Amino acid sequence: MFENKSGILLIGGLGFFLFAFLSNAIVPILMYRHLPEKTVEEVVNQNLLYQFEDLSLRYPEQFKKYFGEPTAENCAEALRIGRKVYTGEGCWHCHSQFVRPVSNESRRWGPVAETWEYQNVLQRPVLFGTRRVGPDLSREGGRRGNDWHAVHFFDPPLVSAGSPMPRYPWFFDGSPDKPNQRGLALITYVQWLGSWLESYPLYEDYKPVDDMMSNPLE
Amino acid sequence: MNSDTISTELPPQPTYDNLVEERLVLWYFLAAIGYLFVSMLGGLIMALQLVHWNPHDGIEYLSPGRWRMIHTNAIAYGFLANTFLGALHWSIPRLTLQPVLNRALSYFIFAAWQVVVLGTAIGIMFGQAQGVEWGETPVWIDPLAQVGLLLVAINFMAPIARTKGPLYVTLWYFMAAFVWTFLTYAMGNFMPQYYVAGTSAGAITGLFIHDLVGLFVTPIGWGLMYYFVPILLKKPIWSHGLSLVGFWGLAFFYPLNGIHHFLYTPIPMFLQYGAIVSTIAVELVVTTVIINFFGTIWGSGRALITNIPLRWFYTGMVFYFLTCTQCAMQVTLTFQKVIHFSDWVVGHAHLVMFGVFGMWLLGTMTYLFPRLYKHDWYSRELCEWHFWLSAVGIFVMAADLILLGLFQGFYWVSLQPWDASITVSQPFWIIRVGAGLAIIAGQICFVVNIYKTWRLSEEAKVNALFPH
Repeated sequence: MFENKSGILLIGGLGFFLFAFLSNAIVPILMYRHLPEKTVEEVVNQNLLYQFEDLSLRYPEQFKKYFGEPTAENCAEALRIGRKVYTGEGCWHCHSQFVRPVSNESRRWGPVAETWEYQNVLQRPVLFGTRRVGPDLSREGGRRGNDWHAVHFFDPPLVSAGSPMPRYPWFFDGSPDKPNQRGLALITYVQWLGSWLESYPLYEDYKPVDDMMSNPLE
Repeated sequence: MNSDTISTELPPQPTYDNLVEERLVLWYFLAAIGYLFVSMLGGLIMALQLVHWNPHDGIEYLSPGRWRMIHTNAIAYGFLANTFLGALHWSIPRLTLQPVLNRALSYFIFAAWQVVVLGTAIGIMFGQAQGVEWGETPVWIDPLAQVGLLLVAINFMAPIARTKGPLYVTLWYFMAAFVWTFLTYAMGNFMPQYYVAGTSAGAITGLFIHDLVGLFVTPIGWGLMYYFVPILLKKPIWSHGLSLVGFWGLAFFYPLNGIHHFLYTPIPMFLQYGAIVSTIAVELVVTTVIINFFGTIWGSGRALITNIPLRWFYTGMVFYFLTCTQCAMQVTLTFQKVIHFSDWVVGHAHLVMFGVFGMWLLGTMTYLFPRLYKHDWYSRELCEWHFWLSAVGIFVMAADLILLGLFQGFYWVSLQPWDASITVSQPFWIIRVGAGLAIIAGQICFVVNIYKTWRLSEEAKVNALFPH
């Protein structure tokens, strides 16, 4: 059995693989079957629409040309394209999309990642990521303005000194005030990340007003 | 029974010339070396970007983000898979004394696989990557690759199926790898893309990342070691029992490891614990295999000085033991708190892919090229340079990145501003560029040596036809 063809093919090849697949892949699928997968239209929210409209006001000509009106349907379309650009450019190899419950991560990034946040089409395939050259992005939405993102994609060190992130001039029609379809879509996608949370927008150095006003000696 | 049917003579034995399509082995190896250079170019672009020296900054088709993915895919599907296929064409007919199923099919698979790998590289270059780590192959190529893997399995299973009785350990690994690779590719490339989103998809992509290394690369790699090491040492493997423990331990525990790539994600904690325990179990299994191979070379250690292919193999095994020991530590939640997301993991990945499997395959090529060209190496010195530049280069790179990972991890935990973790990385990243250049220089020595050896073999052929 241990050295012949049927043993190796059926027990080692098929059997052990299926055992691992059932216990490691099917179990979580069954555990989370009560969380239906949301469509892109369903994940468009007011926070995101505000940013999308902001884009249409800041870059009116470009926005009109590539997305027309800042409606919810167009916003969903921008998210779809944005996610495609995000995967195609390999953003997810230097930026993760989950906050761990350890290593002071919730103090730096915000609330710890939960399963329901990932049950949507834009997480197919899921973009947890395994490396952080740059910051985690899962709570990035709303932290910085659209202008900041445009300039940052055009030439990262301009707004983030010493950043090793590459430039992405192909997201623009020549200059940072003219993002093209990919540029607008990617900014929309990044602004969407975390926009579904109570804590939105989360700032790294955010302190409640009471804390700031209180006398540290008391 | 009359005396005519009883013969002391053996039936005519097939010769290897009829069994092995040597030209195809050679083609696979040359294609593999081509992709090795593509991959190294990708690594170099990314490494230069990180230290702000990228000369092609701002060019879409040379974007470091895209070439980082070409880097990993060209290694997995271009270098490793092509070398494996070449080595399988060399070893399976020898082990079974049977040719592969069909010669035409073999050539078709060769052509088809190059289309798959080239398509992957070009697709990624044009920004069509799929969001699966190690499976960035654009979605339109996935079905082609899946059919290709099926054909590979059929072509090589035919000679194995024709043999009778218990099989040699190499064939256990190969057979299991044919099944596993097919299933792993299907699971990782289709399920998270079309059927499952979110956390459960994370579990599946974790399995995919790990199974690709553990159930495709590792079994074929060890299968080749079990084949070549006894041949080079001219003695059998030390312990058959340990071979059994190694194979069946790997078969059971390795597929259970995948989720350890996503510890502290929302994936259920009990599954994470399961993956951690299985990973540590794999380390114990690995130790038995290492003991078996060092038992085999015991008493013949001098061969490591004189025999360059053997030195490649055993250096790879030492690195294998190091990476697996590292793995058993880094998989624990204590280590994960610090080293996850850092360059520690990148160092680990390089040590596995180049330090272990790259070493084994370059050793295999060093052994086989003279046999394919029917001519000795042009220069043993270049072979030595190839080995030492590669070995020192990968050791420095891995040590540098693993140490850097600790710095990055502790900077993050201590809530330093993010930029601090970039600033501290710069000197380490510069050393990494140097180590990478050493590796590239080693492979250039290799290519020069192959070219010169080919020229000599051509001359020898002409001289044989027209003696002076």
